[in-house]
Amino acid sequence: MMSEKELVRFQIDGLEVEAEKGQMLLPVALEYGFEIPHLCYHEAVSPYGACRLCLVEVTKRGRTRMTTSCNYPVDAGIEVATATENVLRARRMMLELILARAPHSERILAMARSVGVEGTRFPIIEEAEDCILCGLCERVCREVVGANAITFVNRGDKREVTPPFWDPIACIACGACVYICPTDCIKMEERGDERTIVRWKRTLKMQPCKSCGKPFAPLFQLNWIIDQVQLPKDFFELCPVCRKQKK
Amino acid sequence: MTSAQLEKILKRHDHQSSNVLAILQDIQASENYLPRKTLDEVAEKLNISLARIYKLATFYRALSLTPKGRHLVNVCMGTACHVRGARMVLERLERDLGVQEGGTTQDLNFSLDTVRCVGCCSLGPVVVIDGEIYGRLNQEKASKLLKDYS
Amino acid sequence: MKGEGMRVRGLDDLIKLREKGLKRLYPDKIKMTVEMATCGISAGAHHVYEAIKDRIRERKLDITLAKSGCIGFCQREPLVDVWIPGKPRIIYQEMTPEKGVELIDLIAKGDLQKEWGLCRTEEEVIFFEDEPRRYTIESGLEGREDISLYQDVEFYKKQFKIALRNCGYIDPESIDEYTARGGYFTLHKVLHEMKSDEIINEVKRSGLRGRGGAGFLTGRKWESCQKARGDRKYVVCNADEGDPGAYMDRSVLEGDPHSVLEGMIIGAYAIGAHEGYIYVRNEYPLAVKNIGVAIKQAEEKGLLGKDILGSGFDFTVTINKGGGAFVAGESTALMASIEGYVAEPRAKHIHTVESGLWDRPTNLNNVETWANVPVIIEKGADWFSKIGTEGSKGTKIFSLVGKINNTGLIEVPMGMTLREIVYEIGGGIPDGKRFKAVQTGGPSGGCIPEALLDLPVDFDALTEAGSMMGSGGMIVMDESTCMVDVAKYFTDFLKDESCGKCTSCRDGTLRMYEILDRITKGEGKEGDIELLEEIGWATTEASLCALGGTAANPVLSTIRYFRDEYEAHIRDKRCPAGVCPALITYTIDPEACIACGKCKKECPTKAITGKKKVPHEIDQAKCIKCGTCKEVCPVDAVKVK
Repeated sequence: MMSEKELVRFQIDGLEVEAEKGQMLLPVALEYGFEIPHLCYHEAVSPYGACRLCLVEVTKRGRTRMTTSCNYPVDAGIEVATATENVLRARRMMLELILARAPHSERILAMARSVGVEGTRFPIIEEAEDCILCGLCERVCREVVGANAITFVNRGDKREVTPPFWDPIACIACGACVYICPTDCIKMEERGDERTIVRWKRTLKMQPCKSCGKPFAPLFQLNWIIDQVQLPKDFFELCPVCRKQKK
Repeated sequence: MTSAQLEKILKRHDHQSSNVLAILQDIQASENYLPRKTLDEVAEKLNISLARIYKLATFYRALSLTPKGRHLVNVCMGTACHVRGARMVLERLERDLGVQEGGTTQDLNFSLDTVRCVGCCSLGPVVVIDGEIYGRLNQEKASKLLKDYS
Repeated sequence: MKGEGMRVRGLDDLIKLREKGLKRLYPDKIKMTVEMATCGISAGAHHVYEAIKDRIRERKLDITLAKSGCIGFCQREPLVDVWIPGKPRIIYQEMTPEKGVELIDLIAKGDLQKEWGLCRTEEEVIFFEDEPRRYTIESGLEGREDISLYQDVEFYKKQFKIALRNCGYIDPESIDEYTARGGYFTLHKVLHEMKSDEIINEVKRSGLRGRGGAGFLTGRKWESCQKARGDRKYVVCNADEGDPGAYMDRSVLEGDPHSVLEGMIIGAYAIGAHEGYIYVRNEYPLAVKNIGVAIKQAEEKGLLGKDILGSGFDFTVTINKGGGAFVAGESTALMASIEGYVAEPRAKHIHTVESGLWDRPTNLNNVETWANVPVIIEKGADWFSKIGTEGSKGTKIFSLVGKINNTGLIEVPMGMTLREIVYEIGGGIPDGKRFKAVQTGGPSGGCIPEALLDLPVDFDALTEAGSMMGSGGMIVMDESTCMVDVAKYFTDFLKDESCGKCTSCRDGTLRMYEILDRITKGEGKEGDIELLEEIGWATTEASLCALGGTAANPVLSTIRYFRDEYEAHIRDKRCPAGVCPALITYTIDPEACIACGKCKKECPTKAITGKKKVPHEIDQAKCIKCGTCKEVCPVDAVKVK
């Protein structure tokens, strides 16, 4: 049975907009063309609200609050302001703080410049190795892939993302984390028949294609998928190219 | 910890994954730390990821992944103790034991940690050793206390 | 004490239990009670207890020995309470095992010990009775008039105990004694005579606001939860008291755990919840033990479980021990922890009263809030709302600690001024030093300077002054406290305790700490204060939860009221209070030094030199400012500048 999705009307920067009740504010605003900077939000995974860049001011029933838009469910009659003085002031400081963790990220530098921040006054945290603790990698690994190979460890300023016990045995080297990382600090390298997810120090041997002989994916990963989805054991004998040709 | 011993703990907590923190605390109380092997078993038996358990173990200060000393020395660094000179007591014990805050002595005799407030604020500076609370201390007195435990 | 298997099925059974309790509280023979809360024990109370116990056994005396929670005056602990039928009760202070033995020998002879007496009591005010309970005093005071009455003691005079009503008066492991002071009778009335809306209305009209720190109107919270959709609801007790310097929740759980249970059962009944959780800090082992004993006893007596007091209402309680994380005191983080996850707060747009534990309606309240509930229902909203101020009704427990003469736990009506608390109840600053500030609200609060001492203690007044009520910690500071060091201390704490999710909180506290650390090391630069203010503003505005949202308070409030101290550190590289090690020097006053050699012997870096009979000297290059020499010097010849 199809349930009626309730549509609600509200305002963003004075513009009347419409969306399904309960949808998150950020994707709605982005769809309408509002440029709200964000780093830890991605449509493939659940919103988290860590980077604090997507802050906006929301007025509801007469009360105005600064809130992150990625995890704010829209409601009828709210008034959203995406670039007030307060919002910009907060955004500038967040960018300065984030830049001190990822000073080389072109994407973040561009975001910073757009609000007038040229650099950071804070000492760079070298050990961060460009990780801004947005959590996208661990969320995609947990929620989408289901490998649970990495996680947030420790708390406060000691927080980082690592495999448990620094032992990446659950990592299937699928590269989802590499793809989703907003600062590009997780690298994937392929040398000969080995693939390495550099940040997690995970190296796996790749399976050669039965037809063309090219190594195309880690054997461990292929066996994991076969096991998870209950596929026939020879399902991944051919690489994607050869499999297409065969059809 | 043997599988049988672990099973006892899991049973006590109804094999519920929501009770994982209490389960880890029981393991910590029994083994003085959380052995990797045991955690692998917990993950398997509760059907949760090792990653989740590791996240818990590194987040909560009551849990430790490395063995703690036979005697747990906790210097209270609550505000009231702080204004009465707790930092100096801590530094003295660091010198005496040859470890930094958070460390364990080589012979595994002592672990030195801080705790933020045990609720004995009128009697600061306070040091807790193996659950015994000692108040009204200074550097000398705290140092002497350790000798009783050596 | 184990329960005796007698189930309490109704009012008659409850009355029988009360009778047993009364006999325990006021026996026909001499009874000595040692106050054994954690504070008492850390002062040596259990050694006193053992000494008295041994003496009783040795001399085969017919004296009962008991224990109780803390009556609040921690400075004077160990405290021993002596009950002799027909005489006023006397509380003895600063007891030792030797004094305990001496005391019991005197009492056995029929003699009176006066010098060690803290106070005497001749009656008890019980909220659940119309008249004060007066002791039958047969042959006059017989010399006891020299011991002040409880209500005349400076520390106690202005207090009014509601949440602390039973602490120090009952054995926390005796459910009988709890009922003997009125406990569980209110529950009976509630379950048999009152409807849910009536109860919630009473709590609303009372004006009770959450005692954990947020100060949200309790009645309104209960109402939202009761109205929330869902047939399975929860009530939670937040006993994760993490503010360093605050220990009122510990005291209530150790001294009067049933008061919390009774409050929770009443709340659960009003809201329609059948399951409760009590989340206690694991750093409070005695509190965990005592609440566990109380739950077991209540279950044995049928006051928890199925068909409570024959009303048909079912309710069970589970204890969860914290894992050593301050942030778990935040309500959504606490719930995440109960669910088996790390204590990470989540967004507030989803109200926990509608969707909390396992997405079900959950009502969370602090220990002190729950403990107030039975009295509010018993005496009524009108009675309660007459106490306190317009915006803050009732009383509040404060932990008065730090540089103050009378340290301990106090409970006073809201609206009392800080001056009254510090100078009248607290007895002023020791050693003739000058008052500097009182820090309220723990790491979420701020410092109140001397100029604002006439501020009434009230949720709104404290917030306006840049601080907050918080859980009630009140840390008094004098001229020898460095306010920059205090700001650094709190920021260090918050940086460690931050869950680490939000950029603003995690990196905000880190960066504020780095700057404060530099300033206290003499490496401050022009512009640091302004940068602190900027980071502080952003941390407050951008953070998800109250930890980050209030993390800047200690920094901002000390800058607001003690900017000159910051400037002295930055511009003059000087610490006016003589605290920051990098900015002070230890020297030996040659005129006071008696060349005893003690400091030379104890110095860990061998920085002190001096021959016999020659005043000693400290080599500044080797000195690590550890303070050992100052501590061991018998003539106080070591000066700190």
